[in-house]
Amino acid sequence: MENKREADSHFLCLKNKKGSNGVDIDFITQYAPMYVEAAKLTLRLGAIGILLSLIVGLLGALVQYYKIPVLRRIIAVYIELSRNTPLLVQLFLLYFGLPKMGIVWTSETCAIVGLTFLGGSYMAEAFRSGLESVDKIQFESGLSIGLNHSQVMRYIIFPQALSTSVPALCANVIFLIKETSVFSVVALADLMYVAKDLIGLYYKTEEALLMLVVAYLIILLPISIIASLLERRLRYAGFGN
Amino acid sequence: MKETEKLLEIRHLHKDYGEGTILEDVSLDIHKGEVVVLIGPSGCGKSTFLRCINGLEPIQSGEIFLDGENIIANKTKWSEVRQKIGMVFQSYDLFPHMTVLDNILLGPTKVQRRDKKEATAEAEKLLERVGLLDRKDAYPRQLSGGQKQRVAIVRALIMKPEIMLFDEVTAALDPEMVREVLDVMLELAKSGSTMMIVTHEMQFARAVADKIVFLDGGEIVETGAPEDFFNSPKTERASRFLHTFTFDQVK
Ligand SMILES: Nc1ncnc2c1ncn2[C@@H]1O[C@H](COP(=O)(O)OP(=O)(O)OP(=O)(O)O)[C@@H](O)[C@H]1O
Ligand SMILES: [Mg+2]
Repeated sequence: MENKREADSHFLCLKNKKGSNGVDIDFITQYAPMYVEAAKLTLRLGAIGILLSLIVGLLGALVQYYKIPVLRRIIAVYIELSRNTPLLVQLFLLYFGLPKMGIVWTSETCAIVGLTFLGGSYMAEAFRSGLESVDKIQFESGLSIGLNHSQVMRYIIFPQALSTSVPALCANVIFLIKETSVFSVVALADLMYVAKDLIGLYYKTEEALLMLVVAYLIILLPISIIASLLERRLRYAGFGN
Repeated sequence: MKETEKLLEIRHLHKDYGEGTILEDVSLDIHKGEVVVLIGPSGCGKSTFLRCINGLEPIQSGEIFLDGENIIANKTKWSEVRQKIGMVFQSYDLFPHMTVLDNILLGPTKVQRRDKKEATAEAEKLLERVGLLDRKDAYPRQLSGGQKQRVAIVRALIMKPEIMLFDEVTAALDPEMVREVLDVMLELAKSGSTMMIVTHEMQFARAVADKIVFLDGGEIVETGAPEDFFNSPKTERASRFLHTFTFDQVK
């Protein structure tokens, strides 16, 4: 454990003396645009992956909710597989493993597929717990006023399920954006990649790490704030407290 | 007793949940304008009976005719049948994410595609009748149990069903509200609607019923006019059941 940490810090050049006399503002202004570009990439791939995760998750949750025979088993296996393997390993498989089977995907495709594979299971669990939280009698009282099955889902079950799911869904969004920090293993110039690159090239460890932290904060803080506002709105307005 | 055409005919209904039989060979006619009160000990199958009638529970055998049409068929459009059979449950299960008014308007606007203004006006009229007009913008969580039950009744009434099924609706009502609800029900009966009411409140049953149906152990044991049934039940089982309610008076 200790050895590993030392190796890591060595890799990041934390012991480098040059950077210890205050922060180099010029360096930051010079390389900030690189972080902006990287942040754009992280955001773009993250957004696509999260959107697809939501779709996969919703479909997975519906399969489980309706207890569709064979698909249900497949989804259960997928969820276990996805939740119990690190994204890093999933990306390695996609990027280095698939070509051995003759399937070559671009870095971006690998990143999106990997993130979706990981996120889909988390989103599925979030949607599922929301759907299960709605009392069965709600379904029946919807039916008994003449609504058909899909109307009951749309007007009665989904709104209630969603408001239960929202906290978990928001937590997943933040979790998935953080997970994008391993994208550099498939040769994508994301935030992590840029930071490592700058450290490796110029030994400006403090500046590079500072910008890395700030970049993630700029991305994640607003999402976090929106998430908590959303949760509060759903809790108070939606159900009349 | 009104002798008009049959609205609902139940023939040899048989229901089980896999283990034991819940309803055995139950046959019952309900005529237009008739108020039938279903009574019987807890667990005898009253709720199950109502749920079978509007298709919430599949039945194992038997037939149910609504307006002469067999609704126990594969091609039954339950959405259409259920508009004709209003149901109010024991547990006033309003939709918690909607206001009182939206709860009531969901059926008329989404199922019957009625004009929202017209439906709103009727909803407000009905709410006023049950004394809850001032609560129309409240959420269910902000209402008492009794208030919720009255909203649930309005939600079913607004669909203008041909028959209303009530599963112990008075159990959660404040005593002073029972009369109001009863008046609404009677008015509906007068205007041609029909009702089947499950209740444990014998005074209420006596006041509202044209016909009492006594269910015990999943079968209809006795049927009769309220006066006859309560004063001189024909069966031993019915009189034993009624005794559980008259215990205080005997002392
Ligand atoms: N989903 C179910 N699965 C298995 N058994 C059930 C189910 N629902 C009800 N039962 C059983 O069916 C019987 C009749 O239940 P039901 O709820 O119809 O009785 P009830 O007359 O309405 O009673 P109560 O007066 O307490 O409401 C009971 O023995 C109950 O345990
Ligand atoms: Mg019951």
